[in-house]
Amino acid sequence: MKWMMVGIIVAATTVGEVLQAIGMRHHGEIHDFRPGALGRALAVLSRNRYVVASVAAMALSFFAYLELLTVAELSFAVPVTAITYVLETILAKYVLRERVSWLRWAGALLVICGVALVSL
Amino acid sequence: MNSESARLRWKTWSCSALVVLSNVVGNFFLKRGMPASLAGPEDYILVLFRPMVSFGVLLLILWLAARMALLSWADLSYILPVTSIGYVLVAIVGRLLLNEQISNKRWLGIAFIMAGVALVSGGTAPRTTKPQARGAGVGQ
Repeated sequence: MKWMMVGIIVAATTVGEVLQAIGMRHHGEIHDFRPGALGRALAVLSRNRYVVASVAAMALSFFAYLELLTVAELSFAVPVTAITYVLETILAKYVLRERVSWLRWAGALLVICGVALVSL
Repeated sequence: MNSESARLRWKTWSCSALVVLSNVVGNFFLKRGMPASLAGPEDYILVLFRPMVSFGVLLLILWLAARMALLSWADLSYILPVTSIGYVLVAIVGRLLLNEQISNKRWLGIAFIMAGVALVSGGTAPRTTKPQARGAGVGQ
Protein backbone atom coordinates (compact mmCIF):
# COMPACT_ATOMS: atom_id res chain seq x y z
CA MET A 1 0.00 0.00 0.00
CA LYS A 2 2.73 2.41 1.04
CA TRP A 3 4.84 1.82 -2.08
CA MET A 4 1.84 1.82 -4.40
CA MET A 5 0.98 5.31 -3.10
CA VAL A 6 4.62 6.37 -3.58
CA GLY A 7 4.42 5.11 -7.19
CA ILE A 8 1.26 7.12 -7.90
CA ILE A 9 2.70 10.23 -6.25
CA VAL A 10 5.98 10.03 -8.19
CA ALA A 11 4.32 9.47 -11.59
CA ALA A 12 1.64 12.16 -11.11
CA THR A 13 4.09 14.71 -9.65
CA THR A 14 6.63 14.25 -12.44
CA VAL A 15 4.02 14.67 -15.17
CA GLY A 16 2.36 17.59 -13.33
CA GLU A 17 5.54 19.54 -12.65
CA VAL A 18 6.95 19.18 -16.15
CA LEU A 19 3.59 20.31 -17.63
CA GLN A 20 3.62 23.23 -15.18
CA ALA A 21 7.09 24.24 -16.37
CA ILE A 22 5.99 24.04 -20.04
CA GLY A 23 2.86 26.08 -19.32
CA MET A 24 4.71 28.79 -17.40
CA ARG A 25 7.41 28.98 -20.06
CA HIS A 26 4.68 29.67 -22.63
CA HIS A 27 3.22 32.33 -20.37
CA GLY A 28 6.50 34.20 -19.95
CA GLU A 29 8.14 35.92 -16.98
CA ILE A 30 5.81 37.44 -14.39
CA HIS A 31 6.96 41.01 -13.72
CA ASP A 32 4.08 42.63 -11.90
CA PHE A 33 3.30 41.33 -8.40
CA ARG A 34 0.40 43.68 -7.54
CA PRO A 35 -2.80 41.77 -6.70
CA GLY A 36 -4.74 42.98 -9.76
CA ALA A 37 -1.97 41.98 -12.14
CA LEU A 38 -1.61 38.58 -10.43
CA GLY A 39 -5.38 38.06 -10.78
CA ARG A 40 -5.19 38.83 -14.50
CA ALA A 41 -2.23 36.46 -14.89
CA LEU A 42 -4.28 33.78 -13.11
CA ALA A 43 -7.21 34.34 -15.52
CA VAL A 44 -4.86 33.92 -18.48
CA LEU A 45 -3.27 30.82 -16.91
CA SER A 46 -6.65 29.16 -16.30
CA ARG A 47 -7.02 28.97 -20.09
CA ASN A 48 -3.53 27.53 -20.55
CA ARG A 49 -4.09 23.81 -21.20
CA TYR A 50 -0.65 22.80 -19.93
CA VAL A 51 -1.33 24.55 -16.61
CA VAL A 52 -4.83 23.03 -16.33
CA ALA A 53 -3.47 19.52 -17.03
CA SER A 54 -0.66 20.07 -14.51
CA VAL A 55 -3.12 21.08 -11.78
CA ALA A 56 -5.18 17.91 -12.46
CA ALA A 57 -2.06 15.72 -12.19
CA MET A 58 -0.97 17.46 -8.99
CA ALA A 59 -4.43 17.05 -7.46
CA LEU A 60 -4.17 13.28 -8.06
CA SER A 61 -0.74 13.32 -6.48
CA PHE A 62 -2.13 15.30 -3.52
CA PHE A 63 -4.84 12.75 -2.67
CA ALA A 64 -2.36 9.88 -2.93
CA TYR A 65 -0.09 11.90 -0.63
CA LEU A 66 -2.91 12.29 1.94
CA GLU A 67 -3.32 8.50 1.91
CA LEU A 68 0.44 8.04 2.36
CA LEU A 69 0.49 10.45 5.33
CA THR A 70 -1.99 8.26 7.23
CA VAL A 71 0.41 5.29 7.10
CA ALA A 72 3.86 6.92 7.03
CA GLU A 73 5.95 9.40 9.05
CA LEU A 74 6.32 12.90 7.65
CA SER A 75 10.11 12.47 7.60
CA PHE A 76 9.62 9.41 5.35
CA ALA A 77 6.80 10.72 3.14
CA VAL A 78 8.45 13.98 2.09
CA PRO A 79 11.97 12.72 1.24
CA VAL A 80 10.76 9.64 -0.63
CA THR A 81 8.91 11.81 -3.15
CA ALA A 82 12.29 13.25 -4.21
CA ILE A 83 12.62 10.24 -6.54
CA THR A 84 10.97 12.69 -8.95
CA TYR A 85 14.27 14.63 -9.09
CA VAL A 86 15.96 12.05 -11.31
CA LEU A 87 13.03 11.89 -13.70
CA GLU A 88 12.40 15.62 -13.78
CA THR A 89 16.04 16.62 -14.34
CA ILE A 90 16.21 14.21 -17.30
CA LEU A 91 12.93 15.59 -18.68
CA ALA A 92 14.19 19.18 -18.13
CA LYS A 93 17.09 18.38 -20.44
CA TYR A 94 15.28 16.43 -23.16
CA VAL A 95 11.74 17.86 -23.10
CA LEU A 96 12.27 21.43 -21.85
CA ARG A 97 15.67 21.73 -23.60
CA GLU A 98 17.32 23.35 -20.57
CA ARG A 99 21.10 23.43 -20.49
CA VAL A 100 21.77 21.16 -17.53
CA SER A 101 25.42 21.91 -16.68
CA TRP A 102 27.62 19.45 -14.78
CA LEU A 103 27.11 21.63 -11.68
CA ARG A 104 23.36 21.02 -11.86
CA TRP A 105 23.81 17.27 -12.42
CA ALA A 106 26.20 17.20 -9.45
CA GLY A 107 23.72 19.15 -7.33
CA ALA A 108 20.84 16.85 -8.31
CA LEU A 109 22.98 13.77 -7.54
CA LEU A 110 23.93 15.13 -4.10
CA VAL A 111 20.26 15.81 -3.37
CA ILE A 112 19.28 12.28 -4.46
CA CYS A 113 22.01 10.68 -2.28
CA GLY A 114 20.92 12.86 0.62
CA VAL A 115 17.29 11.93 0.14
CA ALA A 116 18.19 8.22 0.02
CA LEU A 117 20.07 8.55 3.32
CA VAL A 118 17.20 10.45 4.92
CA SER A 119 14.49 8.01 3.88
CA LEU A 120 16.23 4.63 4.37
CA MET B 1 27.27 40.64 -11.96
CA ASN B 2 25.23 43.13 -14.04
CA SER B 3 22.00 44.66 -12.80
CA GLU B 4 19.72 42.38 -14.88
CA SER B 5 21.21 39.20 -13.43
CA ALA B 6 21.29 40.74 -9.93
CA ARG B 7 17.60 41.62 -10.25
CA LEU B 8 16.75 38.11 -11.49
CA ARG B 9 18.73 36.48 -8.69
CA TRP B 10 17.09 38.60 -5.96
CA LYS B 11 13.63 37.92 -7.37
CA THR B 12 14.43 34.21 -7.68
CA TRP B 13 15.69 33.91 -4.10
CA SER B 14 12.76 35.70 -2.50
CA CYS B 15 10.26 33.64 -4.51
CA SER B 16 12.18 30.42 -3.68
CA ALA B 17 11.98 31.28 0.03
CA LEU B 18 8.19 31.61 -0.28
CA VAL B 19 7.98 28.28 -2.16
CA VAL B 20 10.01 26.50 0.53
CA LEU B 21 8.30 28.00 3.59
CA SER B 22 4.74 27.52 2.33
CA ASN B 23 5.57 23.88 1.48
CA VAL B 24 7.22 23.06 4.82
CA VAL B 25 4.58 24.71 7.02
CA GLY B 26 1.76 23.36 4.82
CA ASN B 27 3.10 19.79 5.11
CA PHE B 28 3.43 20.12 8.86
CA PHE B 29 -0.23 21.11 9.26
CA LEU B 30 -1.35 18.32 6.89
CA LYS B 31 0.49 15.68 8.91
CA ARG B 32 -0.77 17.20 12.18
CA GLY B 33 -4.37 17.17 10.99
CA MET B 34 -4.55 13.76 9.29
CA PRO B 35 -6.43 10.99 11.14
CA ALA B 36 -4.88 7.54 11.66
CA SER B 37 -6.71 6.09 8.64
CA LEU B 38 -9.05 6.98 5.79
CA ALA B 39 -11.92 4.49 5.69
CA GLY B 40 -14.00 5.28 2.59
CA PRO B 41 -13.83 7.52 -0.50
CA GLU B 42 -15.91 10.23 1.21
CA ASP B 43 -13.25 10.50 3.93
CA TYR B 44 -10.84 12.02 1.39
CA ILE B 45 -13.21 14.97 1.05
CA LEU B 46 -14.36 15.18 4.68
CA VAL B 47 -10.78 15.30 5.93
CA LEU B 48 -10.28 18.58 4.02
CA PHE B 49 -12.69 20.31 6.44
CA ARG B 50 -10.56 19.63 9.51
CA PRO B 51 -9.06 23.01 10.53
CA MET B 52 -5.42 21.81 10.51
CA VAL B 53 -5.83 20.11 7.13
CA SER B 54 -7.62 23.07 5.51
CA PHE B 55 -4.90 25.45 6.72
CA GLY B 56 -2.30 23.08 5.28
CA VAL B 57 -4.19 22.98 1.98
CA LEU B 58 -4.34 26.81 1.85
CA LEU B 59 -0.57 26.97 2.32
CA LEU B 60 -0.08 24.35 -0.41
CA ILE B 61 -2.23 26.46 -2.77
CA LEU B 62 0.09 29.39 -1.98
CA TRP B 63 3.01 27.01 -2.68
CA LEU B 64 1.54 26.09 -6.08
CA ALA B 65 1.07 29.76 -7.03
CA ALA B 66 4.57 30.78 -5.90
CA ARG B 67 6.09 27.81 -7.73
CA MET B 68 4.24 28.73 -10.93
CA ALA B 69 5.50 32.31 -10.68
CA LEU B 70 9.05 31.04 -10.15
CA LEU B 71 8.79 28.67 -13.14
CA SER B 72 7.71 31.58 -15.34
CA TRP B 73 11.32 32.80 -15.38
CA ALA B 74 13.54 30.11 -13.82
CA ASP B 75 14.58 26.67 -15.14
CA LEU B 76 13.01 23.51 -13.72
CA SER B 77 16.51 21.98 -13.35
CA TYR B 78 17.45 25.06 -11.28
CA ILE B 79 14.48 25.24 -8.94
CA LEU B 80 14.41 21.49 -8.18
CA PRO B 81 17.71 21.47 -6.24
CA VAL B 82 17.28 24.97 -4.85
CA THR B 83 13.86 24.36 -3.31
CA SER B 84 15.05 21.01 -1.94
CA ILE B 85 16.32 22.91 1.13
CA GLY B 86 12.72 22.25 2.20
CA TYR B 87 13.63 18.58 2.81
CA VAL B 88 16.07 19.73 5.48
CA LEU B 89 13.48 21.95 7.12
CA VAL B 90 10.87 19.16 7.03
CA ALA B 91 13.28 16.83 8.86
CA ILE B 92 13.91 19.49 11.50
CA VAL B 93 10.17 20.19 11.87
CA GLY B 94 9.54 16.43 12.21
CA ARG B 95 12.20 16.26 14.93
CA LEU B 96 11.20 19.34 16.91
CA LEU B 97 7.43 19.45 16.56
CA LEU B 98 6.32 15.89 15.75
CA ASN B 99 8.92 14.06 17.92
CA GLU B 100 10.15 11.94 15.01
CA GLN B 101 13.65 10.47 15.50
CA ILE B 102 16.52 11.71 13.33
CA SER B 103 19.42 9.23 13.10
CA ASN B 104 23.02 10.10 12.21
CA LYS B 105 22.31 8.73 8.73
CA ARG B 106 19.47 11.21 8.32
CA TRP B 107 21.67 14.13 9.42
CA LEU B 108 24.30 13.00 6.89
CA GLY B 109 21.59 12.95 4.20
CA ILE B 110 20.56 16.46 5.22
CA ALA B 111 24.18 17.62 4.81
CA PHE B 112 24.26 16.12 1.27
CA ILE B 113 21.06 17.95 0.35
CA MET B 114 22.40 21.27 1.64
CA ALA B 115 25.62 20.79 -0.36
CA GLY B 116 23.55 20.15 -3.51
CA VAL B 117 21.47 23.27 -2.88
CA ALA B 118 24.55 25.44 -2.36
CA LEU B 119 26.19 24.11 -5.54
CA VAL B 120 23.24 24.84 -7.83
CA SER B 121 21.97 28.09 -6.29
CA GLY B 122 25.41 29.67 -5.97
CA GLY B 123 27.01 28.21 -9.08
CA THR B 124 24.46 28.45 -11.89
CA ALA B 125 22.19 31.17 -13.28
CA PRO B 126 18.44 30.64 -12.80
CA ARG B 127 17.68 30.63 -16.52
CA THR B 128 19.53 28.96 -19.40
CA THR B 129 16.90 29.22 -22.13
CA LYS B 130 15.86 32.36 -23.98
CA PRO B 131 12.80 34.08 -22.51
CA GLN B 132 9.63 33.97 -24.62
CA ALA B 133 6.73 36.40 -24.71
CA ARG B 134 8.45 38.86 -22.37
CA GLY B 135 5.96 40.93 -20.42
CA ALA B 136 3.10 40.14 -22.77
CA GLY B 137 1.61 37.61 -20.38
CA VAL B 138 -0.28 35.78 -23.11
CA GLY B 139 0.29 32.13 -23.99
CA GLN B 140 1.71 31.32 -27.38
